[in-house]
Formats: sequence, C-alpha cells, structure tokens
Amino acid sequence: MSKKTTNVREPLFHIVKRGSMVWWRSWLVRLLAVLAALVVCALITVGLTGENPLGVYVTMFDGAFGTKRRIWGMLQNVAMLLCVALAVTPAFKMKFWNIGAEGQVLIGGLATAACMILFGDKVPTVALFAMMIVASIVGGALWAVIPAYFRAKWNTNETLFTLMMNYIAIQLVSYFTYLWSVPKGSGQIGVINGTTKAGWLPALFGHPYLLNILIVVALTILMYIYLNYTKHGYEIEVVGESENTARYIGVNIKKVIIRTMIISGGLCGISGLLLVSGTDHTLTRDLAAGRGFTAIMVSWLAKFNPFYMVLTSFLIVFLQKGAVEISTIYSLNASFADILTGIIIFFIIGSEFFVNYSIKFRETKKEAAKSC
Amino acid sequence: MLIAFIQRAVVQGIPLLFGSTGEIITEKSGNLNLGIPGIMYVGGICGVIGSFLYERSLPGLDAMNPFLAVLIPLLCCMAGSLLVGLIYGFLTITLRANQNVTGLALTTFGVGFGNFFGGSLIKLVQSDMPSIALTATSNCFRTKLPFADSLGWFGQVFLSYSFLAYTAIILALAASFVLNRTRVGLQLRAVGESPTTADAAGINVNTYKYAATCIGSVVAGLGGLYYVMDYANGVWSNDGFGDRGWLAIALVIFAVWKPNMSILGSILFGGLFIVHNYIPNLSVGTQELFKMLPYVVTILVLLVVSMRKKRESQPPASLGLSYFREER
Repeated sequence: MSKKTTNVREPLFHIVKRGSMVWWRSWLVRLLAVLAALVVCALITVGLTGENPLGVYVTMFDGAFGTKRRIWGMLQNVAMLLCVALAVTPAFKMKFWNIGAEGQVLIGGLATAACMILFGDKVPTVALFAMMIVASIVGGALWAVIPAYFRAKWNTNETLFTLMMNYIAIQLVSYFTYLWSVPKGSGQIGVINGTTKAGWLPALFGHPYLLNILIVVALTILMYIYLNYTKHGYEIEVVGESENTARYIGVNIKKVIIRTMIISGGLCGISGLLLVSGTDHTLTRDLAAGRGFTAIMVSWLAKFNPFYMVLTSFLIVFLQKGAVEISTIYSLNASFADILTGIIIFFIIGSEFFVNYSIKFRETKKEAAKSC
Repeated sequence: MLIAFIQRAVVQGIPLLFGSTGEIITEKSGNLNLGIPGIMYVGGICGVIGSFLYERSLPGLDAMNPFLAVLIPLLCCMAGSLLVGLIYGFLTITLRANQNVTGLALTTFGVGFGNFFGGSLIKLVQSDMPSIALTATSNCFRTKLPFADSLGWFGQVFLSYSFLAYTAIILALAASFVLNRTRVGLQLRAVGESPTTADAAGINVNTYKYAATCIGSVVAGLGGLYYVMDYANGVWSNDGFGDRGWLAIALVIFAVWKPNMSILGSILFGGLFIVHNYIPNLSVGTQELFKMLPYVVTILVLLVVSMRKKRESQPPASLGLSYFREER
C-alpha cells in the first residue's frame, strides 16, 4: 500500500457478540458481579451506619440463618418466590412478557380464600381441598389467558395488558376483603377458619411450612422436565427464539401462546393457594408482596433454568432478610432492603453484557501491519 | 360541586401527565422504561431532601427566599431523576440489558430509595406523625395566579393551579410538537420504529436513545415533585405516592403515544381516580371496585387500538428491544 486513501478514525474499541462462553467462565463473571455488588452495598451500608463492613454481613447472615425459626421462614420465602418464578418461566421462554404474575397470584389466593370462607365448615376436608386447588388454578389461569388470547389473536401488547390486570386483581381483592371482613366494615379478613383450621395445609412433622416447600420442590423438578424434555417445552423454545421458524416447522403459535399462559397462570394460582392456605391463612391485597415482579428477575437471572432459579431466589430472599435485620439492628428504615436488592440486580443485569459480548480494543499500528 | 370535581381531577392528573409525557418520550425511542414509578419516587424524595436541607440551613422560615425555595428542590429533583435515568440508560443502551427486567429493578430501587430516605428524614425530625411537612416550601410551590379567584368558575377551572401544573401541560404540548413537527422528533421516532434503518440513515441511535431516556426520566421525576409539593402540601409520607407511576404508564397507552392526548387523558384518569368520592351512598367495598376504572379503561383502549390496527396508533415497532448494530 503506497498511499493512504481513507482517513477514517477507528474507534478506540468496538463490541462484538460472543459465540458462546464456557459455562464456568460465564458463572465466574456473574459471581464477580455479585461480589462487586456486595462491596458497593457494604460501602453504602458503612456510610450510613458507620459499622465495619464485615460486621454488616455477619448481621445479614444472622438475620437469615440466626435461629431455627428464621431458617424455616427463609426457606418458606425462597419456596414461595421460586414458585412464582417457576410460573412465569415458560411464558418468558416464549418471549411473552407476563408481568401480571402479581395479579394471577392474587386471583389464585382470592379463589382459595373464597372456598375456605364459603365452604369451610360445610364440606368434607378432601372435597374442600379439591375445590380450593381447582378454583385457584382456574382463577390464575383465567387471569393469564385473557391477555394471552388477545395477544394470540390481535397481537395486543402483553406487557401492558398483564400489568393492568394486576391492578384490577388488587381492587377485586380489596373489594372482597371489605365484603368478608371480620368484624364487618374493618376491611380486614383476619385469620380464616382460625378455630376449625378448615382448608389449612397440614403441618408435616410439626413444621407448618414443610408441605409448601415440598410442593415447590416437586414443581421445580416437573418444570425442568417440562421445559427440557417434552414436545411442549420444545415448542415454547422455538416460538421464543423465532416465531417465523415456528410457523415454518408447523407449530401452531396461537395454541402454544394460550396453552403456555394457562400453565403459567395456573401455577401462579397455585402460589396463591400456598400463600393463603399454607402460609398467611388470610387474604390481603399485599398477598403477593411484589413477588410477581421479583420473580421475573429471579427467572431471568437464572436464564430460565429451574435449578438455577433455586439459587437466584435464595440470593434475593437472603438479601431481603439480611437487609431487614440490618435495618432493625442499626435502626435504619426497612426499605433499605429494596435499595440493596436493586443495586445487586443492577450489577447482575450489567454483568450479562460481559457474558454475551466482548470488547475488542483498537489494534495498534504495528499489530495491524503484522496481521496484514 | 362539579367545579370542585374538575379541580381535584386536574390536580390528581398532573403527576400522571408528567409521568406519561416522560414515558412517551422514552418509548418513542424504543425504550420501554418500566422504572417510571421508581423514578417518580426518586424525583419526589430528591426534591424533599433539597428543600429540607434548604429549610434547615435558614435561621428562620421568614428568611426564606421564595425563588431559591422553588429552585433548589426543582434542581435536586431533576438531578436525582436524571441519575436514575442514566442508570437505566447505561444498562439498557450501552450494556443492552433486558429492558423489562432493568425497569422493574429500577422501580424496586427507586421506591426503596424514596421510602428509605423519607423514613430517615422522618426519624431525623422526630415528628409524631409518620411524615415530614415542608409547608413553607410547599407554599412557594403553590403560588397561584393572583387574579384566579376573581374570575368565577372560569378562573377556578382553568387558572387556579400552581406553576408546575402549567409546566406539565406546556411540556406535553412541547413534546408533542417536537415529536411530530421537527426533524429531531422524526429521527427519534425513526429510532423507535426501526433502529437499523435509522442507523443506516446516519442517525446516531445511541445518542437519541440516551437523550430520550434522560429527558423522559427528568420529566417523570417532576411528577413526583409535583405530587409532594403541591398535591400533598409538602408532606412526604412513605408509599404516599402509591401506584400512580403504573397509572402513568397506563396513560401512555390510553393516549396512544401522543403527549397532547395525554393532557386530556390525565384529567380523565384523575377524575376516574377520585370519582368514587363523588358518587353518593357508596359502600367502602364498592369504592374499591370503582378504583379499578382507570385500568379497565386502559385495557379497553389497548384492545381497541390493537384490533383496529391503525398505523398511527401502534406502539413504536421496536419497543422493548435493545439495538445492536451487528445483529441481524
């Protein structure tokens, strides 16, 4: 080359998509992100409390695992978050942004509570449980299938539709909490069937939450099999990756969308059942407690793999419990947990970039000449 | 009665108008920012912190300079919401993270941020009530046009609001003008519809996305400030802002991505939000059912829009997708 014809400045670096990364390296990146996030969180906590950062983390650990009771509470919370995360996963894998899990859980809980209140002492236990299970699944599935139907038929934006359905569910629950409130007009239902315990999930081996946890464990395994080893799971993946490919190989996309959302909503309904009948024994509009939204992050961070979701939901619940403990001990505000959760999720979300893309710096003149 | 209703509806609607104008600007660039509820909390609390520090730094409330009393919270609010907007922008535009997840995380963060600092300030002043009152600052914010009361019903319906309310309307009209009538707006819409095409046409996609996200966040943050300083008379109470942020996102759909439509929409939503107070003989339970109305109306609009398939009223085509030049 005798003469330089172009004078275009090459940028300092450019970004390339990675083909794939060895699994341990990608997990190393994520682990580093979590560690970096923990350091940032520690700095903030130290700035606010003036304690040494190790002490802060010891406190967090104590908040999560300090007593037997706390461990059970923690496991229960992990199970519930995991259950909702499992529910939203098939939909997300299909690239159907169901952010209405909150509402679907609430409707499931509402259906369960309705059965417990209206039929609690009128039908035998087995029939009552059967009714509760059917009602909660149908309720959750119904709440999910309405947006799904319109998405399949008219391509209505599902993110916004499911979001709106949440608030309709919240107001419905509010209405019924006033309708069934004890005492009348107080706006609170209180413990349902407190004396007869009709419709309460039984305590296994003296542990009230054990049955909940076992159910969620079973659901995790089933969901893993469903997503990875069945025809349905395959169809979901194809629709998610490319609708055109799906159409080409003869997948009925509308059917897959509606069927997957029925499963997703039904599982949310079951979460509602577990929350009302197995945990709270009451119904409030805060039943889902933001799990519908947190579950989305759990599922996404775990790359839609049910077993990884155990880890991610564990991480988030641990943070929340730990931050609550920090805030009580150092008399900070309980919302501190949300800030920490937010920061850590920002870091993990950000780290995905380094898993999927790599940064190539500008080659120096000498290297460029060598490679020519 | 009717005049009072309209007044309340407007006051309820203005925070939504700020939020939805901000979200429309952001969405037009193809970024679905579900962090708006969080951003509005951050905007509100930053304004509160600013005015709190200013009120504290004065020897007495008489020494307050009304100009500074407005300017300091305003700047704090804008800076705070700009920063969280930048977090969202950095994650979704530069790092190409999933917008829904980032937005939801931002909402968790923002609401937590607001409640945390709100709670800390409440603890700091050791008040008996779970709230802090910045009445003096609020009075500066609530300065009305002097001749509003002398004009009868006309003055009450149209002129009785504070300057931030008119700012909201002007911002919405300006956003509408810029989006539809200027080259910048055209290019912004091009980025939202098809970033690949825009890029090929020589438009800097990332710059537009960043600008739209940041401006959108600042505008939305002002909604939080308006809520605290004007609607709530300068009283910050935790979770007081409630779900209005989501309602603002609903309003975006209702207004079919047109800021000038969202002026009317916000007043309508404000009205729907409080209509249960104006219907006699409602039980508490039925009131809860009435609170559903804005959401039901939004769903209906969403359905009608998607069924009619009119090109002008569709969401931006690449809404929610990150753009990477080398991806086909």
